Amino acid sequence: MSDVPADLKYTDSHEWVRDNGDGTVTVGITDHAQDALGDLVFVELPEVGKQLAAKGACAVVESVKAASDIYSPLAGEVVEVNEALDGAPETINSDPYGEGWIFQLKLAGDDAAAGLLDADAYQQVLEDEE
Amino acid sequence: MGFRTPLYDAHVALGAKIVPFGGWDMPLHYGSQLDEHHAVRRDAGVFDVSHMQPVDVIGPAAKPYLQYLLANDVNKLVEPGRALYSCMLNQHAGVVDDLICYYLEPGRYRPVVNAATADKDLAWMQARAAGFDVNITRRDDLAMLAVQGPSARGKAEALLPASIRAAAMALKPFHALAGDGWLVGRTGYTGEDGFEIILPAAEVDALWQGLLDAGVAPCGLGARDTLRLEAGMNLYGQDMDEDTDPLAAGLGWTIAWTPPERNFMGRKALEARREAPDLPRFVGLLLTGRGVLRAHQQVLVGGEPVGEITSGGFSPTLERSIALARVAPGVANSNEVAVDIRGKAVPVRIVKPPFVRNGQPKIDL
Repeated sequence: MSDVPADLKYTDSHEWVRDNGDGTVTVGITDHAQDALGDLVFVELPEVGKQLAAKGACAVVESVKAASDIYSPLAGEVVEVNEALDGAPETINSDPYGEGWIFQLKLAGDDAAAGLLDADAYQQVLEDEE
Repeated sequence: MGFRTPLYDAHVALGAKIVPFGGWDMPLHYGSQLDEHHAVRRDAGVFDVSHMQPVDVIGPAAKPYLQYLLANDVNKLVEPGRALYSCMLNQHAGVVDDLICYYLEPGRYRPVVNAATADKDLAWMQARAAGFDVNITRRDDLAMLAVQGPSARGKAEALLPASIRAAAMALKPFHALAGDGWLVGRTGYTGEDGFEIILPAAEVDALWQGLLDAGVAPCGLGARDTLRLEAGMNLYGQDMDEDTDPLAAGLGWTIAWTPPERNFMGRKALEARREAPDLPRFVGLLLTGRGVLRAHQQVLVGGEPVGEITSGGFSPTLERSIALARVAPGVANSNEVAVDIRGKAVPVRIVKPPFVRNGQPKIDL
């Protein structure tokens, strides 16, 4: 059973979103996503300063198995990326909601939850996928 | 639901991630594919390869039949217990399948073919048998384990039937021996020492559990793929298929051209291909830029496509990405060689496989 923390928001493409309360959000991939991908071996991070559209492909994670796109959950500007993943992509496997975060976004809009799923709704997505 | 090996429940109990593979439900990994890979390179791992299909070829004409069927020559198997890697070709020299053929005793051979192609192979083999006094039997009563790694043979020793234990431990690479219904070969698909063991399906549970109890790591198809890629070994359906001849897949060494009068299936087409000016090169690639090489990515020289990756991935041993690729003749190393990864030309170096053997890197990084 994958871990789905109640305080985060989610996308149906398996990203999680943490509202930092200051107009920025932190984004990563869910425990379910890392488990489905298997051991991660490479992360292509977005560029700091890049403007992202909601649902646009913005980064890539590659596991021993395959490459997988990461989609920006919301529109905004990339203000920070997790450079530590360059040397240690496996951090996403071991700590997907903590040290395995991928990038931070300064939101273009006011709503840090626009169009996102809460934990219950994401849990439902996982159950429907089974 | 796919076919299941006798160990399916054991895999599930170990927490395996099960995936469909060639019509079978097989373990991909038991938690971490990387850990399983390293276990085989550094110690010992065991793979359930019971999805692979042993076929018994028995009869007075078994040898001449196999000399016609296979591109390699079973005449090289000078004594029982020897094993031979070969391609089975169609009339256009395309690869119907690749296999290991064990020589059991005069008039008895045992090719082991791939799972996904087993039905096709059996039909092909039966159709070629016309005019040969030979019986071809699918051995669905057998299971197969590959125990691989520097400590593999030592950890397997006590579990071998007493009647063949000492002789099995004394086997040289690519030799095998049979006894008590078991066939133990010092062969494998990982680039490490070890055994491949074919045994009665009813006995495989005990061997599997015994190996786990001896500290051998259970390993899935994921690690099997990265290990064989590092070892520079081809995978059927990926590096070659019915539209690819062995010369275009780096398998020229498996073709027995002599004696010239041996008329094997596909020989004529293959001889023509041998002289073809457009015969591609089959090479290894080491990614020097960032990313992961994957099958079907284009190889570029000066931005122009010159070939395609057939197998690619991350090498856990080298901690770099590696690949096998088919490229145009004349493509050589230069700082212009690259691979198209999601629209970006990422530099690679052409290298000669294997990438890793017996735990050691075989290429300069």
